[in-house]
Amino acid sequence: MVAPEETVLDADAIARTIRRLSLEIVEQTRGTTNLALVGIHRGGVPIAKRIAEEIRNAEGSQVPIGSVDITLYRDDASTALPDPKIGPSDISFDVKGKDVVLVDDVLHTGRTIRAAIDCLLDYGRPRRVWLAVLCDRGQRELPISADFVGCALDVGRSQVVDVVLDGTPNERVIVQHWFSQFPPPPDAS
Amino acid sequence: MTEHFRHEHLLGIEQLDANDVIQVLDAAEAFFGVSRRPVRKVPTLRGKTIINMFFESSTRTRTSFELAGKRLSADVVNISASGSSVSKGESLLDTCRTLEAMQPDAVVIRHGASGAPHYVSQRVRFAVINGGDGAHEHPTQALLDAFTMRRAFGSLQGLKVAICGDVSHSRVARSNILLLRMFGCDIRVCGPRTLMPAEVEALGVRCYDRLEPALEDADVVMLLRIQRERLEGALLPSLREYSRIYGVAERHLVHASKRAIVMHPGPMNRGVEINPALADGPRSVVLDQVEAGVAVRMAVLYLLSRDLKTSLREASGTES
Repeated sequence: MVAPEETVLDADAIARTIRRLSLEIVEQTRGTTNLALVGIHRGGVPIAKRIAEEIRNAEGSQVPIGSVDITLYRDDASTALPDPKIGPSDISFDVKGKDVVLVDDVLHTGRTIRAAIDCLLDYGRPRRVWLAVLCDRGQRELPISADFVGCALDVGRSQVVDVVLDGTPNERVIVQHWFSQFPPPPDAS
Repeated sequence: MTEHFRHEHLLGIEQLDANDVIQVLDAAEAFFGVSRRPVRKVPTLRGKTIINMFFESSTRTRTSFELAGKRLSADVVNISASGSSVSKGESLLDTCRTLEAMQPDAVVIRHGASGAPHYVSQRVRFAVINGGDGAHEHPTQALLDAFTMRRAFGSLQGLKVAICGDVSHSRVARSNILLLRMFGCDIRVCGPRTLMPAEVEALGVRCYDRLEPALEDADVVMLLRIQRERLEGALLPSLREYSRIYGVAERHLVHASKRAIVMHPGPMNRGVEINPALADGPRSVVLDQVEAGVAVRMAVLYLLSRDLKTSLREASGTES
């Protein structure tokens, strides 16, 4: 059974959204001198790279970029991990005193962000941590909000938001509508 | 998608297959970075309890397991045989049952009797990790050696490995041979016949009396400690004679591959099985092995301490 899906952002819209996010970020952080980007593994990493590219185009400077994998920081780390593969956390710059923008694809419960903040703080003490997401789908379970939002979606628990970011014209953000008689897939997020 | 680590205990390399080994080594890669960060701790095993139960003396293995547990935020308790109820005559099983009542998640056991961890694992509810049992196995040592070799050469496949020294009393040698065989390594063992197990070739290795042919084109030269207590059994005439014939120095490496590394599980007898200049030289990865030990043990504790039953039940309700 294929659930009906709706494309919320196509490739062009994603490119424009990321460009806008990049400009908002440098506006808020007042330039790039103190700025660093950290993508959350895996969905956030390519978006962080794209934002860094846009910032380089607009401001002419390369901001430091890193990634965090939150597997070891999950609040359910010791119980619910169907896939124990741990990705690399790679922050090779000093985060101390930096304005660090965490980047993720979809903001949902906020638990991933909580874990990413904890991981980031283990690398040092940034001046400020911001959050940029391509897509905010609501339904928070923790008091967390994004500073930079690509698109805000009002979708129910039974729906799945999927981001395809592969560098082809096929890129898209889609919402899959699962009807109540079809349970969502087990890893719905 | 990777599956759950399919074992409840780590009793020996003999229970593992190549996929299990790769799963541990891949997880260890992720943990390796943790020990090099400013904050050398992740919250992954918060609330879990790990007991180190060492019936034989050990510094590096015990410290390594202790740090591994602590860097995963688990609570770690150390017990040694001397000064515990064991010295008052309590049986191994009674000691383990007592510990079991305190609800540990994993217990690392080092014991002089081969098979002690296996015996315990069949009778308790916690995960048992073999920290070295008699002349049987020392699985985490073999895994950390494999991790070190994989880092040095990119892959374990087809490496030429020379293991020199007291093979017959060495659980390190046994675990290493079992592991390296899974990856098609060319394994040679070298040492005096008195320190070589009968029919060692049955393990799939070639046996040499002399260093030179054993080291021919070797990628890895792994030296084993000569245990001084063996001298009393008349297995060796003298340490000096052993050192002269089987002690490895820089000059022996001309026979080995140009990229060869020198390994030693420690503690080293400088000037006996290993020349001091070689131990401190650029080919030596002895300290890399120690560093790898913490990462590999973190991986093992991580893979074995997770509550699999709960996880299967809750997996469907997981949200990221």
